[in-house]
Amino acid sequence: MVSRPIGYQTTLAPIKTVQLDPEQWLQMYEQMTKIRAFEENANELYKSARMPGLTHLYIGEEAVAVGVCEALHRDDYITSTHRGHGHCVAKGAALDRMFAELLGKEAGYCHGKGGSMHIADQDTGNLGANAIVGGSAGIATGAGLSIKMRKSGQVAVCFFGDGALGQGLIYESMNMAQLWKLPVIYVCENNQYNEYTHNSETAAGELAARGRAFGLHTVEVDGQDVRAVHSATVDLVTRARQGEGPSFLICHTYRFLGHHVGDIERTYYRTKDEEAWWRGEHDPLKVLGEWLMAEAGIRSEVLAGIDESVNAEVEAAVEFALAAPYPSPEEVDTNVYA
Amino acid sequence: MSTPNQSMLQHVANGTSGREPQFSLALHNPDGREITFAEAVREALVEEMQRDPRVFIIGEDVAEAGTVWKVLKGMVEEFGPERIIDSPISEAGIAGIGVGAAITGMRPIVDIMFGDFITLTMDQMVNQAAKTHYMSGGKLKVPMVMRTTLGATRRSAAQHSQSLHAWFSHVPGLKVVIPSTPYDAKGLLKSAIRDDNPVVIFEDKMLFQTKGPVPREEYLIPLGVADVKRSGEDITIVATSSMVQVALAAAEQLAQIGISAEVVDPRTTLPLDHQTLIDSAKKTSRAIVVDEGYQGYGVTAEMASVIADGAFYYLDAPVKRIGARDVPIPFSPVLEDLTVPTPDQVVATAKALCGRI
Repeated sequence: MVSRPIGYQTTLAPIKTVQLDPEQWLQMYEQMTKIRAFEENANELYKSARMPGLTHLYIGEEAVAVGVCEALHRDDYITSTHRGHGHCVAKGAALDRMFAELLGKEAGYCHGKGGSMHIADQDTGNLGANAIVGGSAGIATGAGLSIKMRKSGQVAVCFFGDGALGQGLIYESMNMAQLWKLPVIYVCENNQYNEYTHNSETAAGELAARGRAFGLHTVEVDGQDVRAVHSATVDLVTRARQGEGPSFLICHTYRFLGHHVGDIERTYYRTKDEEAWWRGEHDPLKVLGEWLMAEAGIRSEVLAGIDESVNAEVEAAVEFALAAPYPSPEEVDTNVYA
Repeated sequence: MSTPNQSMLQHVANGTSGREPQFSLALHNPDGREITFAEAVREALVEEMQRDPRVFIIGEDVAEAGTVWKVLKGMVEEFGPERIIDSPISEAGIAGIGVGAAITGMRPIVDIMFGDFITLTMDQMVNQAAKTHYMSGGKLKVPMVMRTTLGATRRSAAQHSQSLHAWFSHVPGLKVVIPSTPYDAKGLLKSAIRDDNPVVIFEDKMLFQTKGPVPREEYLIPLGVADVKRSGEDITIVATSSMVQVALAAAEQLAQIGISAEVVDPRTTLPLDHQTLIDSAKKTSRAIVVDEGYQGYGVTAEMASVIADGAFYYLDAPVKRIGARDVPIPFSPVLEDLTVPTPDQVVATAKALCGRI
């Protein structure tokens, strides 16, 4: 039997779709395509032993990062996860400097000191990916407190996976955010798997009940449909900016590939049928692409053109990163203290 | 036996205080004002909050209660609940909030009631606060302070009595401050609040009501500069926090039998002022390191190693360490008192090193 995420079978409350020009949905298509191409190239770099360490790919979950981040301003904050490339791209980072970071090069966003799991880019409000599951919940909440104290009108988004629901910090953070009405949106990317274990084995009760217990405005959406994710987020961002406090957005999604790039043989924890079910009709690029053609009058050549230009951009970014120099040895001792 | 404060004052009057003129209390404290350690801490907080609107305090019972130690008493009336924030009992959460607020332009002071509770903040301090600047290639800064306590003998048993400053001293990216006097507590805390890095301050609960000279004029004490609390010729006693009082008491006893002990207070364990420790040991040729943290893998090991390494050819005896007994702190007063270093212990060790058994 093909497993479904907890809550997926239940009827998701209908989301009123925001009305945007086709151009804006196309922009999201382009961003999602960019993430897909970035991750496919990252995978190739790993497989061809040109990338040190390992990485966790976001393929399959692109609609979440893009749907959320397209509802934010450049100076709004996000905190990200070990599976963070998608959030980074969606918030506006440059692909060449991202690849350079993945390869440990000086030109990388963190001069090669952070790597795949720690890219931060304050210019786009990205407070950093985080390799501790749930580890950024407090940071995002602190950013929310800072926003409120500075009266800056920004919003902080805390991305985390369903695995982070096992961490107490998430609940401490939600509690304080609600007590103090902080402008924080907790976005749970429910890709169903805590590494190699389905969340039916790790999460008791209903996911949404966790947010509701603290009085958080809680919304569940189909995370493969960028229009649903985006529409829900627009509403939550408005609420946050108006001082109505934090919210909990659960996006039901799926990690098309393994927990990390080396997780190739996965049949001991999920079936190939299940993967095919998601990759088939539930690929976020396909879902949006088909809607654009059927409902928004976009011709397939337009989408193909986007694919082509994105691929060219990604290829150039990879070449840049491969050719870029490594940091000099004295860099090992710099930036320990500010 | 004179009180440590008297010893210190005398020592200052002799002009043998720290290495920088600004530490001469005689110079800067003309009216001889004395306040408690707790008042010195509060003064530092109040002055920095008046000076910088980005500074705020978050913690359990920090507002109306003014903390269980009453150190912050009255501050919420001056600064309001928006800047003196009572939090739930969520140490990890408020540590994380501190990191996030610091990264985004504020200067939070996170209050952790008992040093034993830093265990609950470990991921946020060790994996987040300490590493954010480095991992981001120097782009993000975490100018936060964590204030917490250390020290036994309050009969508070194993989970409210530990001195765990060694834990944070092991982590590059953090700074760790352990003041021993009201004067140091104020000057170091003000520097910590202005520092662009995460700084953890461990204040000894038993010191809060002790009094000492603190000038009215503003002053700062740089982090990473040790202070010679008493000058001597025959043996160096490096001591931290309330162990400075133990060392000064021991020095008085030793003086009576003709052993001149120098007491050096590192004031911060991270960064550690290697040079002052080494210079003192070179001068006296013997050294003992006293700290209230567990002796095993404690900060005494690092300091002893620094001295052994840097003053090796000048030493006439092995460097000795005295830390807390390596047992969970027991409740019964009879047992608890056995776990903390005492002046008698220091004296006995010093006599042995000086061949005066």
